[in-house]
Amino acid sequence: MRRILSLLMENESGALSRVAGLFSARGYNIESLTVAPTEDHSLSRLTLVTKGSDQVIEQITKQLNKLVDVVKLMDLTDGAHIERELMLVKVLARDDLREEVKRLVDIFRGRIIDVTNDTYTIELTGNGDKIDAFIDALSVTDIVEVVRSGISGIARGSRALKL
Amino acid sequence: MELTGADILVRCLQDEGIKHIFGYPGGAALHIYDALYKQDVVKHVLVRHEQGATHAADGYARATGKPGTVLVTSGPGVTNTVTGIATAYMDSIPMVVFSAQVSTAVIGDDAFQEVDAIGITRPCVKHNFLVKDVRDLAVTIKKAFYIATTGRPGPVLVDVPKDVTAAITEYEYPERIDMRSYSPSSRGHPKQIARAAELLLSAKRPIIYTGGGIVMGKAHQELTALVKHLGYPCTNTLMGLGGFPGDDPLFIGMLGMHGTYEANMSMHECDVMLCIGARFDDRITGDVKKFSPFARIIHIDIDPATIGKVVSAEIPIVGQAGAVLKELLAAIKRSDRTPDSEALKTWWKQIDDWRAVKSLEYDRKNTKVIKPQYVIEKLYELTGGDAYVTSDVGQHQMWAAQYYKFTEPMRWINSGGLGTMGFGLPAAMGVKMALPDATVACVTGEASILMCIQELATCKQYDLPIKIINLNNRYLGMVRQWQEFFYDRRYSHSYMDALPDFVKMAESFGHRGVLIDNPADVEGALKEVLADKDNLYFMDFITDQKENVYPMIAAGKGHHEMALQPGSLVDDSVTERELA
Ligand SMILES: Cc1ncc(C[n+]2csc(CCOP(=O)(O)OP(=O)(O)O)c2C)c(N)n1
Repeated sequence: MRRILSLLMENESGALSRVAGLFSARGYNIESLTVAPTEDHSLSRLTLVTKGSDQVIEQITKQLNKLVDVVKLMDLTDGAHIERELMLVKVLARDDLREEVKRLVDIFRGRIIDVTNDTYTIELTGNGDKIDAFIDALSVTDIVEVVRSGISGIARGSRALKL
Repeated sequence: MELTGADILVRCLQDEGIKHIFGYPGGAALHIYDALYKQDVVKHVLVRHEQGATHAADGYARATGKPGTVLVTSGPGVTNTVTGIATAYMDSIPMVVFSAQVSTAVIGDDAFQEVDAIGITRPCVKHNFLVKDVRDLAVTIKKAFYIATTGRPGPVLVDVPKDVTAAITEYEYPERIDMRSYSPSSRGHPKQIARAAELLLSAKRPIIYTGGGIVMGKAHQELTALVKHLGYPCTNTLMGLGGFPGDDPLFIGMLGMHGTYEANMSMHECDVMLCIGARFDDRITGDVKKFSPFARIIHIDIDPATIGKVVSAEIPIVGQAGAVLKELLAAIKRSDRTPDSEALKTWWKQIDDWRAVKSLEYDRKNTKVIKPQYVIEKLYELTGGDAYVTSDVGQHQMWAAQYYKFTEPMRWINSGGLGTMGFGLPAAMGVKMALPDATVACVTGEASILMCIQELATCKQYDLPIKIINLNNRYLGMVRQWQEFFYDRRYSHSYMDALPDFVKMAESFGHRGVLIDNPADVEGALKEVLADKDNLYFMDFITDQKENVYPMIAAGKGHHEMALQPGSLVDDSVTERELA
């Protein structure tokens, strides 16, 4: 099953490589991983999307908790939560396609953030499905490049990952 | 007081109560070596290879329960420690390794003797630190010892750049340390413990299976009290030997690949299993699909990740073995129930029948060739089970585990998890350094011993009269055994040709050597050597070349499918003897 794990880690060099190393050494898969410091600069928050049986997920969670740099961990998928991903995508937009692409962007509530004679650069946030759907819709034109941030997530309501 | 980083490092060792550090100097470590020179509280032991330093520190830790310490230089110094660090990691041994590093200004430039020590060791340490600022040094060292020795113990590496060892700052060693990201739990959950007590008391065919967690967790007294109170059979893993007295009638021997018939059959047939400080390693379970089909399992371990990793437990309890066992025994005594004595009687009758198979029987009466098992049995008798026995890896290791009855914890010192040949001699060195009055024997094979043979010089320099018991079968015996069983006797590169004359070799290092090739001489030679407390002896026993380790669970087999010694008494319906 797909899981979104959220971690608070010591903001130290090497912490990220411990997490990545754990996944490669034990053969777990990482679908996406994002990390950045929090408002407390001694901490980083990492969001990791992985897949596995319940038993594998339990092992992943335990092994992550065992890392000395990991301060706290939460499985967002255990409860109601919100997930978002940011995508920047550059597409060819010439002639009559310019109107069509712009309409698609509006439908998906994206924004065009850079324009040239030939291209649009579009910003879109949403969950993974929405972003996938938008990429599919863009098949009307040629995609020059896609940059996806990977999933970030937060629990709904009062549930929170904090110290 | 203002001190240099090098002096701070040494002061931290002193303040941590460290008496010995095993190491080898080099460029980046020279400030630290200079600081060591100026004091005599911490004794530095100059090994002959950094791998030897790690195994010596490891042996020191296994025999005393205190953390072993190592000091090496950057680059090749630290890469040479990797095998020893991984060995300690796999067996959860507390150790702190200090590696010098090139100066911070040139880190990343491929400077002379630069290597990414943090990156190279990351997968085989409990944690590691690069100290970039001298002001962080003391607190980092405190953290290193704290992490290495608490929770599930393990090796920690502290990488210290040369300029940090030269820089000056105020020295203060923290009394204690709190880490928000690390706080190992020690006490088990009371509800779980109460459930475990009831399940144990409801058992008809119980077994208690324990590992290294009892030994390094110093929980042998609590374990012994519990087992004796219940009257249940107890088996130990290779790492757990000595956790329960090996000569007690409730002890049914080691379990696993080369465990006793009675231990493995009991594991297979049990209805309730209490596992403490062990991890259901593949050498223990055999084929997991066939593992203990009737068992309801209680698993106690300090490391939550160990529980449920291989085999799922009905009652998981995370906590320190000793503390949990004490509470478990109290809960058992509080309960209205008592062990089911009728069922227990039937169960023991069954176990005694399995015992009667005598799976460790061998050709004791052979007068032509020395049987390796016989040497170990004599060693056991003559030392009264009182020696510290280290071993290398191979058949000799299994024979030592099978035929030496360990009655105390921390006496049996071997590389169980990583299976590192070359471990035995330096580990024995570490034990002897920690416990100068103890009898320390290193049971080894002619191949393993050559992997760290250079340490004979260290033994000479520091006057460490250990007894090397070389079971010389002129083969990589364990490899040969597998080739005999599973590769149609194609003995590919398992013959040990061009062996040195071990007696002369020992003598050239300034030690004594004896060659024993007649079974009649085994006992006398051992007696004589054990009586000499002053000299290191290399005892070269020329043993039966083709002897195999029995019994054995082959790959893909279950506990109930052991191969026994050829010609043994067991009936084929119980055991597949296809290997024999
Ligand atoms: C460093 C290392 N290399 C290879 C092995 C694989 N191995 C396991 S046992 C063994 C043979 C050991 O031979 P010896 O020391 O003579 O002991 P014996 O089995 O003959 O008692 C080998 C090569 C190992 N365990 N460790």
